[in-house]
Amino acid sequence: MANHSPLRFKNRIFYALVAAGGLVVLMGLYAAHMMEGHGHIITGMNNQIVWGMPHVFAIFLIVSASGVLNVSSIGSVFNKPAYKARAPLAGLLSIAMLAGGLSVLMLDLGRPDRIIVAMTRFNPTSVFAWNIFLYSGMFAAVALYLWTMMEKRMNPWSKPAGLLVFVWRFVLTTGTGVIFSFLVARQAYGTALLPPMFIVMSFAWGMAVFHVAQSSIYEWNEKLLDPYVQKRMKNLMGVLVIAAFYFVAAYHLTNLYFARQTGFERFILLDGGIYPLIFWIGYFLLGNLLPLLLIYHPALGKSRSILSASLLIILGGFSFLYVFIIGGQAFPLSIFPGYQVTSSFGDGAIGLYQPSLPEIMLGMGGVGIAFLITTIGVRVLDFVPHELPKSA
Amino acid sequence: MSKLFALLAILCMCASATATEIYGMPKLDIGKGGQCVADPQWMRKNHMRVLFQQRDETVHQGMRGGKFSLKNCIECHASLRDNSVTGRADSFCEGCHSFEAVKIDCFECHSSKRSSSLVQGESK
Amino acid sequence: MSDTNEMSNTSEQRRQFLKTSVGAAAVAIAPGMLMFDMAHGKTEAVSGKVRWGMLINTANCEDCDKCVKACNKENGLSGGLSPTDSQWIRKVELKDMRTERSLALPMMCQHCAEPPCVDVCPTGASFKRADGIVLVDKHICIGCRYCMMACPYKARSFVHEPLHDQKPDVPRGKGVVESCTMCVQRIDKGLQPACAEACPNKSILFGNLNDPGSEISIKMRTEASTQVRADLGLDTGLRYQGI
Ligand code: SF4
Ligand code: SF4
Repeated sequence: MANHSPLRFKNRIFYALVAAGGLVVLMGLYAAHMMEGHGHIITGMNNQIVWGMPHVFAIFLIVSASGVLNVSSIGSVFNKPAYKARAPLAGLLSIAMLAGGLSVLMLDLGRPDRIIVAMTRFNPTSVFAWNIFLYSGMFAAVALYLWTMMEKRMNPWSKPAGLLVFVWRFVLTTGTGVIFSFLVARQAYGTALLPPMFIVMSFAWGMAVFHVAQSSIYEWNEKLLDPYVQKRMKNLMGVLVIAAFYFVAAYHLTNLYFARQTGFERFILLDGGIYPLIFWIGYFLLGNLLPLLLIYHPALGKSRSILSASLLIILGGFSFLYVFIIGGQAFPLSIFPGYQVTSSFGDGAIGLYQPSLPEIMLGMGGVGIAFLITTIGVRVLDFVPHELPKSA
Repeated sequence: MSKLFALLAILCMCASATATEIYGMPKLDIGKGGQCVADPQWMRKNHMRVLFQQRDETVHQGMRGGKFSLKNCIECHASLRDNSVTGRADSFCEGCHSFEAVKIDCFECHSSKRSSSLVQGESK
Repeated sequence: MSDTNEMSNTSEQRRQFLKTSVGAAAVAIAPGMLMFDMAHGKTEAVSGKVRWGMLINTANCEDCDKCVKACNKENGLSGGLSPTDSQWIRKVELKDMRTERSLALPMMCQHCAEPPCVDVCPTGASFKRADGIVLVDKHICIGCRYCMMACPYKARSFVHEPLHDQKPDVPRGKGVVESCTMCVQRIDKGLQPACAEACPNKSILFGNLNDPGSEISIKMRTEASTQVRADLGLDTGLRYQGI
């Protein structure tokens, strides 16, 4: 009897969360509807900055969707029980974020009504087309993996399924990186460093997202996370953040090494206005230094500070992508090297971009979809990690 | 002149009145009308297929001047009142498509106006 | 009155143009022209025997924008210059950073033989016609804009708003990508692109690169010309002189 009222209270919170998530999704859909009616004129995107805020959101969601599976891979491929218990939750988060990211990408198309065309016509030379294939395959692979874990009879298959997911997500993140490294003509992108950089970043962001989800679920169930597990996971997250930063540093340093790229690096790191600001404050300070401090400082490193560190890492991820995607396009293409150029079409000029409300709403809608799927999934199915209390 | 056209249009409508009354079909302004490039009943059923096929040939292989061209359709069937196949309840394309509740995707990009009328309009 | 004037003008230009492109080009065009005028005869599919190209002489290109105006008129572009407006052709002013020499040139889709836009397009909407013209099939384009990211020349525009009153021969619409078509609707009739026709100084020479006897081939054989960003190895159909 005494249990009754907190339960009802929890029910109420659950419905409130679902309602809030649903509202965000509806706002996103409304934004997409507006964009379809009026055209992309109501977004900040234009003929110079052709990919904007929706792509920042979508790529973050997709990359983290692959990274979050880290947890399950460590569990099933490398046989670590603490991670194995968390594999189902990781799988759910992955599917949820993939769904969110893909919806945003799809609704941002100029002709979202032709999505069937995108799926039936397949240009084999296009990295983008491969990615459509990789994303849908990822859904299937993760769903299969979840099934082998949750259905008792299928349990023996969960290891090979885990391996499939493990390989698939590597290919998927590589594919996402290759989307950009194929753009040889653009100073910001055409480098082979991007796929590995995206893979390592996906680990870090995925861990952070997993942490946020896990902390909320434990809080919700009034459970306490095993300090041993907590320590292991936080250390891993720290290492991944450092590794990701290493790659970002290498990316910028190699750019600095090539003389023709120094202009671009100056722009992104020094005098490009908003972009260096977001890079240094958003990505470097808030997204790397502060979380590392929170993780490794001996006086900190408790669950609260790890939660804050995770949130900051996510913020850092968005900042990085904003600078990478939008800053990378804002820097003028070098069509006539050695010449100073001007034209009516923005040649030689920094591209202007002002994110507009509808596109931010659309991006948030994708986050909303991921949130909604996770919340309902955790509630309806058994995704809460079951700790075997032997290690404690 | 325009009166004559209006008279013609009315005559055309009268001619098709029986069919439309029997089947409850929309009354269409068929414009100049005349001999269609294929059997009208066949065209009612298959126009989208032949239009699609010819469109792919034209866009990808530069084969022009085929008989199933959208421009040809419009040339004959645009209303003599407003030179258009869309825009009114009895417009040739729109009338039937709204009756059948099928979305027309063509005229977001393609001109729905009779092109000979546009050339004249421009040189004025 | 002005109507007939314009007509005789074009046909004269047409004749002159035909005279210049003898051999294979004439063979390829002539049946097209004849058959186009016949009521319902379909023209033949374009063939790889022809590769259309343009040679742009920047020395003659002065401070005018007649090519841009002509393009806008032919293709029904608004001529607006905001970052969301389509510009299929634009005038670019260049200044050599060392020598301070300045020049101007028209910039547009370079109709690459190895077009990155075609490589990256997920649906195959971006394609290269057999005669080398790179087009967007707007019936299949989903508006992902990956081609715009991939084009090294910033040649493409995305239609950001609903359009009205398009030209019957140049369908255009919201939500898809478009770029210079080399005036394919004119080429298929045996005319030259509007920009080439409009240039008062004949800075834009249009012709068949595959025909060794065409004026453009002869000129490219005897005078220096270059591809923009030749280092990318895209084998562009547009060549420039004086840069
Ligand atoms: S210039 Fe750009 S749009 Fe034109 S063919 Fe080359 S890559 Fe494609
Ligand atoms: S915008 Fe259209 S043409 Fe360009 S890559 Fe996407 S589908 Fe292809």
